[in-house]
Amino acid sequence: MTTTTSPNVSEQFHAIGPDIADTKAPAGPIEKRWDDRKFNAKLVNPANRRKLSVIVVGTGLAGGAAAATLGEAGYQVKSFCYQDSPRRAHSIAAQGGINAAKNYRNDGDSIYRLFDDTVKGGDFRARESNVYRLAQVSVNIIDQCVAQGVPFAREYGGLLDNRSFGGVQVSRTFYARGQTGQQLLIGAYQALERQIGAGTVEMNTRHEMLELIMVDNRARGIVVRDMVTGEIETHTADAVVLATGGYGNVFFLSTNAMGSNTTATWRAHKKGAYFANPCYTQIHPTCIPVSGDYQSKLTLMSESLRNDGRIWVPKKAGDERAAADIPEDERDYYLERIYPAFGNLVPRDIASRAAKYQCDDGKGVGPGGLGVYLDFAEAIERLGLPAVKAKYGNLFDMYAQITGENPYETPMRIYPAVHYTMGGLWVDYDLQSNLTGLFVAGEANFSEHGANRLGASALMQGLADGYFVLPNTLANYLADGPYEKIDDSHEAVVEARRAVEERIATFLSINGTRTVDSFHKELGHIMWEYCGMERTEEGLIKAIGLIRDLKQAFWSDVKVTGVNEELNQTLERAGRVADFIELGELMCIDALNRRESCGGHFRAESQTEDGEALRHDDEFAYVSAWEFGEERPTLHKEPLEYEYVEMKSRSYK
Amino acid sequence: MNITVRVWRQKNAESKGKMVTYGVENVSEDMSFLEMLDVLNEQLTLTDDDPIAFDHDCREGICGACGVVINGQAHGPQVTTTCQLHMRSFEDGAVIDIEPWRAGAFPVIKDLVVDRGAFDRIIQAGGFISAPTGSAVEANNIPVPKDNADHAFESAACIGCGACVAACPNGSGMLFTAAKITHLGLLPQGQPERDSRVVGMVEQHDHEGFGGCTNIGECTAACPKGIPLDTISRLNRDLLGALAKGKA
Repeated sequence: MTTTTSPNVSEQFHAIGPDIADTKAPAGPIEKRWDDRKFNAKLVNPANRRKLSVIVVGTGLAGGAAAATLGEAGYQVKSFCYQDSPRRAHSIAAQGGINAAKNYRNDGDSIYRLFDDTVKGGDFRARESNVYRLAQVSVNIIDQCVAQGVPFAREYGGLLDNRSFGGVQVSRTFYARGQTGQQLLIGAYQALERQIGAGTVEMNTRHEMLELIMVDNRARGIVVRDMVTGEIETHTADAVVLATGGYGNVFFLSTNAMGSNTTATWRAHKKGAYFANPCYTQIHPTCIPVSGDYQSKLTLMSESLRNDGRIWVPKKAGDERAAADIPEDERDYYLERIYPAFGNLVPRDIASRAAKYQCDDGKGVGPGGLGVYLDFAEAIERLGLPAVKAKYGNLFDMYAQITGENPYETPMRIYPAVHYTMGGLWVDYDLQSNLTGLFVAGEANFSEHGANRLGASALMQGLADGYFVLPNTLANYLADGPYEKIDDSHEAVVEARRAVEERIATFLSINGTRTVDSFHKELGHIMWEYCGMERTEEGLIKAIGLIRDLKQAFWSDVKVTGVNEELNQTLERAGRVADFIELGELMCIDALNRRESCGGHFRAESQTEDGEALRHDDEFAYVSAWEFGEERPTLHKEPLEYEYVEMKSRSYK
Repeated sequence: MNITVRVWRQKNAESKGKMVTYGVENVSEDMSFLEMLDVLNEQLTLTDDDPIAFDHDCREGICGACGVVINGQAHGPQVTTTCQLHMRSFEDGAVIDIEPWRAGAFPVIKDLVVDRGAFDRIIQAGGFISAPTGSAVEANNIPVPKDNADHAFESAACIGCGACVAACPNGSGMLFTAAKITHLGLLPQGQPERDSRVVGMVEQHDHEGFGGCTNIGECTAACPKGIPLDTISRLNRDLLGALAKGKA
């Protein structure tokens, strides 16, 4: 199928290249495709594995699991992370849980149902083959994690407990209190440390990847900076894996860790790797609102709060009264009013956008008017204080700790925040990018979540990629190796190192008047305003102009103190922000091109008569894969076809 | 509010450090402690001074990267991580001392940043269950009594921040080590390696230069995740058991 579109205003900002014809997924019945791929993959004799080397960047669920598994298999692995220990990767902060189609509850779950839910959840913008494989290996993940000693929640009989999560009708989510990500990551971390101890994995902490090394059109290495000494090092191998997480920090404020960044993926993109669906970001409705300009990050609170909390704002704009002084008939429980069937439990994107509309109308509460109330008074009356405490006690404590307010007495304030990025480097069925030898796993790739990720699916994807998919597909690639040895004097290595050194020297020499953070915050404001929950053609075009101006200002007026040859956190941030600025522009171009509302992304020009999101499957059922260009990017479309799940649109009214 | 901070400044591992005094004005009580340092660092940058280096990442109390000694207490006056401490815990006009974790096994890298690599090496010495990918049995074939699972979880909640070491007069890393021994030792999957685990981890702990445990309990008092002191009793019991079997 070749997609055709009518002329799009976005085309003033980009070129259009040939479609992507082949994702390398095997044909045949969907339930046999992964088995076929594994069977047809080339194998590497155990004795030859130690002659083959792999670089893995990032130590979260995907990178940590991949490095440990490849080390166990006998390959020579070099692992890198910017943190002081691999255990600190941001996967650790995931709260809710991990999906698996175990059907332990005998409630009608199956691999096919998890597949079906995930394709629909992604609003028909993910690949069927990949999603089916994800659902298949989900059951192996739980087995693997239990064997490692991950302390999942259990029932009194000693068997694993499950809960329902993210609006699905089966209980398939495994969890470890509110710290599932932490426990899964510690499991992968321990497996990784075991391999480090055994000498199969060489660990490089406090090392940040700053460039990809390409030799003869193959990814063969990386340039890293030792963040303690400033030394620029080059490392080469037979293959490179990027598992460097998402780019939510392009918005400055997000639920991501402070150090989460796009540099590894953006550097690879500039070396030729396609960046797919960059405008797909997930915005979470229940975060603690911003309290002031100094705010450095946003904290997520579990969505389960919406099960019992009622969301409202004052009916009158600019109402400055405290919540308790606003009588019942002057409150607008707007979700219950607009969506009587689902009320406060409408999906994430609808809840987020509705909160934004209220605040845009001047009805927001708290500092800056950027918040809505989430009120438990009715729940406390109905269930009693002890029951509410038992259910939500830890979340209420967290809220009180951060805001200094008591949510048992005054309503919580919440506001949406960026939480996850579905876009990322384009990969084929084998998780290989369009650059030969460059593999991408976890949140860093684009593949399984389409335009919207279901709750409890991020942990599943990271571990699926790391433990089960990559070790098979990477072996198939490595079987043709080892490739010609590259030493430090190779032209490509010298050139990559020189580029990194020059860039650092430039940062240090500008000596302007503005701090790195001031640029990052300004970028964040632009992105949130024009490329956040609701996008318009006019706003996106404006944002592209603003970002271009910001880029110019950054490179002429940024102030980076100190020298390279030391621990220099300002220099680290400067490099990341420079890349975020460029990514921000591409996100706006991608959003401009996509003249439809899909997943959590509302394009104002594409809505139904009653104001709901309107997808355009005839024009936009494709993955947007962007090729870097100095002048402008080129769009390659990968058409999406649905053989198993019928394309439908949703309605919550 | 306006405050004064006295911060440990040390250029690198080799140089000598000293306390340096800075004023920070217009501090909001809703700022986190680290956001207060961000504001100070913006000031320092604009006046061509070197910003203060400190470790931090998730800023939601789970990654374990942050941690400084505040007025003599690891993570400061609240039992939480430094990132979850807010300025409303301090008075207007307060003078606040900020120092790095101080322990022989945690050398200072710069300012408030220390090297906690010793913790990773203790884990390498046995803090795992050997379960190569693909070898696992069906998960529900290994039932775990809920009570054991809950207790294992309680110990597994350790974030490896190092506050226990900073708080301990002996600079001991026993609470960290014992938390892992307890987590894995309470689970059926952890039994085959229980003896070698405790022997290996304790040996590495001592080799790294951490002090011995004399049951003072400062570690538990400072632990942001409430790892109980009795995990150390369990470690000692496991260690004696292993040594009695001649596993050293």
